[in-house]
Amino acid sequence: MDLTKVDKILTNHKNDKAMLVAILQDVQDEFRYLPKEVLNHISKSLNIPLPEIYDVSTFYKAFSLKPRGKHICSICMGTACHVRGAPVILETAKTHLKIEPGQNTPNMQYTLNTVNCVGACAVGPVIQVDGSLYGNLTSMKTIQLLKKFEKD
Amino acid sequence: MAKRLLSWNDLKTLQKELTKNINPKSRWIAICEGTGCRVYGCLDVSKALEQELQKQGLNNVKIMHTGCHGFCERGTLMVIHPEGIFYSRVKPEDVVEIVEKTIKNNQVIERLVYVDPQTSKKIPYEKDIPFYKFQKRMLLGQNQKISPTSINDYIAIGGYQALAKVLFEMTPEQVISEVKTAGLRGRGGGGFAAARKWESSRKASGEPKYIICNADEGDPGAYMDRSVVEGNPHSVIEGMIIGAYAVGSSDGYIYIRHEYPLALHHITEAIKQAHEYGLLGENILGSKFTFDIKISRGGGAFVAGESSALMQSIEGRVAEPRAKYVHMAEHGLYNKPTVLNNVETWANVPLIINMGSAAYGKIGTENSKGTKIFSLVGKINNTGLVEVPMGVTLKQIIYDIGGGIKQGKKFKAVQTGGPSGGVLPADKLDLAVDFDRLTEAGSMMGSGGMIVMDEDNCMVDVAKYFIGFLQEESCGKCVPCREGLKRMFEILNKITDGKGEESDMQTLDDLSQLLNDGSLCGLGNTAQNPVLSTIKYFRDEYEVHIRDKKCPAKVCKALIRYQINKDKCTGCYLCFKNCPSNAITGQIKQKHEIHQDKCIKCGICYDVCKFDAVTKE
Ligand SMILES: Cc1cc2nc3c(=O)[nH]c(=O)nc-3n(C[C@H](O)[C@H](O)[C@H](O)COP(=O)(O)O)c2cc1C
Ligand code: FES
Repeated sequence: MDLTKVDKILTNHKNDKAMLVAILQDVQDEFRYLPKEVLNHISKSLNIPLPEIYDVSTFYKAFSLKPRGKHICSICMGTACHVRGAPVILETAKTHLKIEPGQNTPNMQYTLNTVNCVGACAVGPVIQVDGSLYGNLTSMKTIQLLKKFEKD
Repeated sequence: MAKRLLSWNDLKTLQKELTKNINPKSRWIAICEGTGCRVYGCLDVSKALEQELQKQGLNNVKIMHTGCHGFCERGTLMVIHPEGIFYSRVKPEDVVEIVEKTIKNNQVIERLVYVDPQTSKKIPYEKDIPFYKFQKRMLLGQNQKISPTSINDYIAIGGYQALAKVLFEMTPEQVISEVKTAGLRGRGGGGFAAARKWESSRKASGEPKYIICNADEGDPGAYMDRSVVEGNPHSVIEGMIIGAYAVGSSDGYIYIRHEYPLALHHITEAIKQAHEYGLLGENILGSKFTFDIKISRGGGAFVAGESSALMQSIEGRVAEPRAKYVHMAEHGLYNKPTVLNNVETWANVPLIINMGSAAYGKIGTENSKGTKIFSLVGKINNTGLVEVPMGVTLKQIIYDIGGGIKQGKKFKAVQTGGPSGGVLPADKLDLAVDFDRLTEAGSMMGSGGMIVMDEDNCMVDVAKYFIGFLQEESCGKCVPCREGLKRMFEILNKITDGKGEESDMQTLDDLSQLLNDGSLCGLGNTAQNPVLSTIKYFRDEYEVHIRDKKCPAKVCKALIRYQINKDKCTGCYLCFKNCPSNAITGQIKQKHEIHQDKCIKCGICYDVCKFDAVTKE
């Protein structure tokens, strides 16, 4: 694990304890999740007890303590998407990928997540794959979309 | 590097410079590049248009890449000026024709013109379209005139003049008094008077004082703040600087949701530009006033939008709220006097200074002044963002602007106020929308989510949805909220599973009371609204679930089933092939069957069957 990258992030935030959330965000942007070694390293470098770091990293939904798949598929469960059938979309995606939200497919191609609104409510139901949004979904379109990313 | 502006005069000169070559008759095209239109592929349209204009040598036609116009339902949106011709659902394939016919020969392309679903009339000009005509777009209207990543665009339309006026012609007390007279109330949910917070913070002792913009926009189903930050970031920054001057603060924060990467990018860029012009930093516009803004990214927790929790989060901690008797105005961020306002609240401040409190005070109702942006979504024809003066009725918003319910279905309810709000039924449609009327009716203005529901939505399911959301988002610090919400969620699950009992309604009522009385923050305090309002207006529906074990709207999974009508099934194999859970059996040309134990009720068979052979009951 390349901890020099972590040191650079810490320097960018002036080794300031108060920047913990921002530091963890940068770490996650860099490694796509929060590796254990990195959290240990931050704990030592900033002199923050490890449980405190875990407290923060498990409180916020944006953080993942597990490696994540190649494609991250987040299904919007916000109100606007809900009334337009988001629960059915989630059920379809779960059945198709054979995993629950928060899990990765065995081949690490996909991570399935849920999110509470991505701010594209007018075109719900919405799925976000790797940062791009897809709207006006039906169960059929969901399966087609998921198939598209299964190979690359 | 841009030249620093060292005085009000410099700003005025720059504005003159930027506008002197603008000919009101010249052609320019506004393309919406907001989040909604991006889903429809607007960036490809923009690219195609740029290429085509270049190919045709039309270098004098300017393309304005703008933020959200609001009519997200019809993306990609394109408005061709000076006439204001409105094209919607524009695809990259349409671009060649648009350039040839409309840009070069002033012809309107019928195919791309908006058709009013109510009258079937074609409406070529944006200003005549009912969705826009009945709005008052003081904030959102600016989105259509500027590119969010260009500070010059903002200055050209008069941006930062309010700030200059404040710095050079008004005392901080005068600014507060102006905002007070205008009657500005917070747009983030509670509707608290902005000037009162500013005043207490100004008077409080302790340095430095902080100014925060709440761009956490936690209400799921609302995206007004996203569109303002994304489409007009400088308006928020200008508002914050004015607020800082009034309060006597030198340090500001914008707390922005991590789910909004584009908004983050635009506000970061805008802060950088404001710095280069000397509109942020030391000695703003050559005055003695100094103020700077930092960005803090949220971590995806709803409760972090609550004021005291948000400050904990900026300090790098878990976002747990504090008890209410501690006033943020005196003991906020790092225990210093702090003013926290919502995005839309801040964006209103330059407007008030520019138009004057008297003119601003004429808009809206007696105790709710100005306009409010709503995210009009759900089962409505014209989904999108609408900005209306306070006091218009729900009916005007839903029918005149929103164009009524999708697919001619029947209106059932509208949900306002997000997880703290409630549902309002058809007989409340004449209600005037302002802070106080909505609260009286058992809902809330909230931040501006307005989710329209039709006969196919189940009200017990909606209550369950919100309680499910809240119990997951409860930070767990206080017991009534942590445990009470769990129990409520269990009961609602029981009811939607067809296992409800008569006594459940009373228990829900009791728990609601408990949450309201005993919770530490607004999350738990108002959590009863989605439940009590659905019980109040749709008690029948609860009773049918409990007594008859049926879901009249056919939503609750445990209470519905899909079946194949053997008389209609032709054995075409289509449902079999598409079923994601292998719940359908049968051979080609033979009748198919759905096995209920495997069925996940995704409805694909129902959608794909060409012979209406699949029924839902
Ligand atoms: C659980 C909870 C979540 C909240 N989320 C937000 C939010 O996402 N955005 C917001 O502006 N206000 C939110 N608020 C309201 C804030 O606490 C605060 O009142 C508001 O930001 C103040 O700004 P205003 O006076 O300009 O409305 C939330 C409140 C609670 C109790
Ligand atoms: S509710 Fe799904 S994008 Fe807002």
